[in-house]
Amino acid sequence: MSACLDIRGLSAVLPNGQRVLRSVSLSVQPGEVRALVGESGAGKTMIGKAVLGVLPKSVRVVEGEMLIEGEDLGRLDAKARRTLIGARTALIPQDPLTALNPSRRIASQMTDRLVRILGWSGERADKRIRQLLDEVQIRDPERVLKSYPHELSGGMRQRVLIAAAFAAEPRLIVADEPTTALDVTVQKQILRLIAQLQRDHGTAILFVTHDLGVVAKVSQKVSVLYAGKVVEEAETAQLFAAPQHGYTRALIAATPRYTDPYASLKPVDESVLAGLTAEIAAADKEWRPSHG
Amino acid sequence: MAEPLFSVRGLKVALPDMTRKPLIGRAPLAEILKGLDFDLPKGSVTGIVGESGSGKSTLGRALVRLLEPSAGSISFEGRDISHLSEAELRPLRRDLQMIFQDPMSSLNPRHTIFSIIAAPLRQNGLGDRLKERVAEALQRVGLPQSFASRYRHELSGGQRQRVGIARALALAPKFVLADEIVSGLDVSTQAQILTLLEKLAAEMGLTVAFISHDLSVIRRLCQQVIVMREGRIVEASATDALFDNPQETYTRDLLAAIPLPEIDADWLRPKPPA
Amino acid sequence: MDEARIARRGLSPRLWLAGGWLLLALLAAIFAPLVAPQDPLAQDLMLERLPPFWLDGAEPGYWLGTDSLGRDLLSRLIFGGRIAFIVAFAAATSACLIGSALGLIAGYFGGWADRIISRVVDVWMAFPPVLFAILLVAVLGTGLSSVILAIAIIDWTRFCRVIRAGAMSQARMDYVESARIAGYGRIGIMLREVLPNVLPSVLALLSLEMGIAVIVEAILSFVNLSISTDDPTWGSIIAEGRLSIHQAWWVLVFPLITLILTVLSFSQFGEALKARFDPVLR
Repeated sequence: MSACLDIRGLSAVLPNGQRVLRSVSLSVQPGEVRALVGESGAGKTMIGKAVLGVLPKSVRVVEGEMLIEGEDLGRLDAKARRTLIGARTALIPQDPLTALNPSRRIASQMTDRLVRILGWSGERADKRIRQLLDEVQIRDPERVLKSYPHELSGGMRQRVLIAAAFAAEPRLIVADEPTTALDVTVQKQILRLIAQLQRDHGTAILFVTHDLGVVAKVSQKVSVLYAGKVVEEAETAQLFAAPQHGYTRALIAATPRYTDPYASLKPVDESVLAGLTAEIAAADKEWRPSHG
Repeated sequence: MAEPLFSVRGLKVALPDMTRKPLIGRAPLAEILKGLDFDLPKGSVTGIVGESGSGKSTLGRALVRLLEPSAGSISFEGRDISHLSEAELRPLRRDLQMIFQDPMSSLNPRHTIFSIIAAPLRQNGLGDRLKERVAEALQRVGLPQSFASRYRHELSGGQRQRVGIARALALAPKFVLADEIVSGLDVSTQAQILTLLEKLAAEMGLTVAFISHDLSVIRRLCQQVIVMREGRIVEASATDALFDNPQETYTRDLLAAIPLPEIDADWLRPKPPA
Repeated sequence: MDEARIARRGLSPRLWLAGGWLLLALLAAIFAPLVAPQDPLAQDLMLERLPPFWLDGAEPGYWLGTDSLGRDLLSRLIFGGRIAFIVAFAAATSACLIGSALGLIAGYFGGWADRIISRVVDVWMAFPPVLFAILLVAVLGTGLSSVILAIAIIDWTRFCRVIRAGAMSQARMDYVESARIAGYGRIGIMLREVLPNVLPSVLALLSLEMGIAVIVEAILSFVNLSISTDDPTWGSIIAEGRLSIHQAWWVLVFPLITLILTVLSFSQFGEALKARFDPVLR
């Protein structure tokens, strides 16, 4: 069986020639959750955007391939690519407020995608979203559907967006820091919901996050990113049991743990970062894009 | 028990609720803090933890008197400061300093780092030996002297927060409010800033109110913790007692909701119905 | 560290072109008696409607030709520039000072001050500006100072609105709270923290307003409501040129080109200045 998502040697540059993705390779198998973890500027959101075909105009992909269920996106024309991405993937965004149009009711925003992109009838779409709202444990769907986004709490909005993401039965969901804006108790509920729906629907998830704690709880596989480069990839359990790369070890040691306050929150050793930066600079010097 | 620096009794703060403001006229007041009683012991770090809407930031702003209480009292070194005017507060400002959450927005883009750190010194009668004092402040937070002539956009997030700390500590204040000072930073930077504050607080014998939504961070830094929810104190106790033996369900829920960076297959299982 | 600073520090061609034209026109206006080839008021019916230098029948020394009274067009434009620049600087600066001060107060202090100032601005902006100007000059009487006063009275609202909005967003910044913590009073904060951040917008608007003042002055001269009819102004030259458009198109076209170039340069210069001073903001 082919991978749900397969990225091979993806590199991207800014107009000034600076590389923002450095030969990134990663795959997500059907039904699996892969975490993509890194600090700000690591390029994790960029990869998510590349998968969804919504990279900013200034970012140019200069090499590499991206396959969704075995189909090479590079070989499709723009329209076919959009259709394929639209039918097989979905996004759970970071900020549930800006992801929803403030002047439209929830109902029309949720059915929109099903009707417009998948060509469902309004009735079928309506039935489907009610079913999903039930799955994300929204008790009063009537009220929620009639609401405007600002009338719902942050957690409620994120539930709506999760329901919308799963509604079209995508094969792959990109979850871009879906709980970063939420309080910790709400975060736990939302993570639980995502895990529940992910198991029930057998959806693969590319889970973008900066929080190693979240990585440990939600993912089976993980790729650690630094400056647009995958520095380590492993089974999640393996990564925490025996991190291979110095940067991964430093990141784990820096993450706070209230159970062990003095073994955590260790400042990252400057030499680790310096070594990594030098390594990347050296590789950049050698690097020539293979095409494009 | 050490003598308290702050003594807060029956503190209430009400702010205009702009979401309910009528088209004409004033916005109705919403009570954010609903009667708080606590002491901040001298020379120690107190964590104030809560989720959004708990009122923790409002509490912080009332302590440094950016906000005026609507009821109750705030005593600082035995003196009631809850209704002092801006002019009466000015001599106290030197001792009531603050480090902000967003170092970007708390540094004026038009001023050099030197000018930013020098401002509180100038305003509080420490304008002599300005160069020396700023240099000292920079050194204290581990920034090179050359940074004095830079602007905020030339600094990384962690460096900006160091400037924020340098500005607050330049006056050697008695009290520092640290409002979510690491929540916008990457984990690697966060650890650096926290260990810096930990070190400086100990060295300078500071009394710190450390506001955070993150209990993990609080355990490391604070000697006692106040847990807040919806404008009230849920639980307040010494740090180890709170973490080892939380009394309130809400505190236990908060702790259980923190995703620790370790594998735990049961964490995501739905709670068994109570 | 990846917050790459947007480098716009270099001098853009826009700044050079606009600034160059303004400097040229300004110097010509200041030294008009020295650079003007002829006396702008000297009439000579033997020389009426001479074409510009590249056409048949042109006379040397009359580079852009002459009008229907035989007056040298280039010299008239240069002397007209004096009025244009005096009005531009005086009117725009006055409007800027009034408007910025009120805008800063309204935006930063808020409350009653803001309510009163904003209402006045709303009422002010309901008047059609050109009609308002004509009305004012009719009341104040013609003359240079009336024109300047009229423009300042009408256009301060432009500054007030922009500065108010800028000051309001500045007032929400943490560095304003931080200045309170440092012990600054309200006026101190306004001058130290708020003003420097709205200054680039003020400068850009000031330059734009200079262009607008030039246009308003031209309109007022065009309808003969500016200064005494003897001194040439761009507006009065255009008004005269309109009458002889079929016999001597240049009398209309050159002052129009001068006016357009100047107004455009003012607005572009302002924008370029703002871009040059703004990139520290992110």
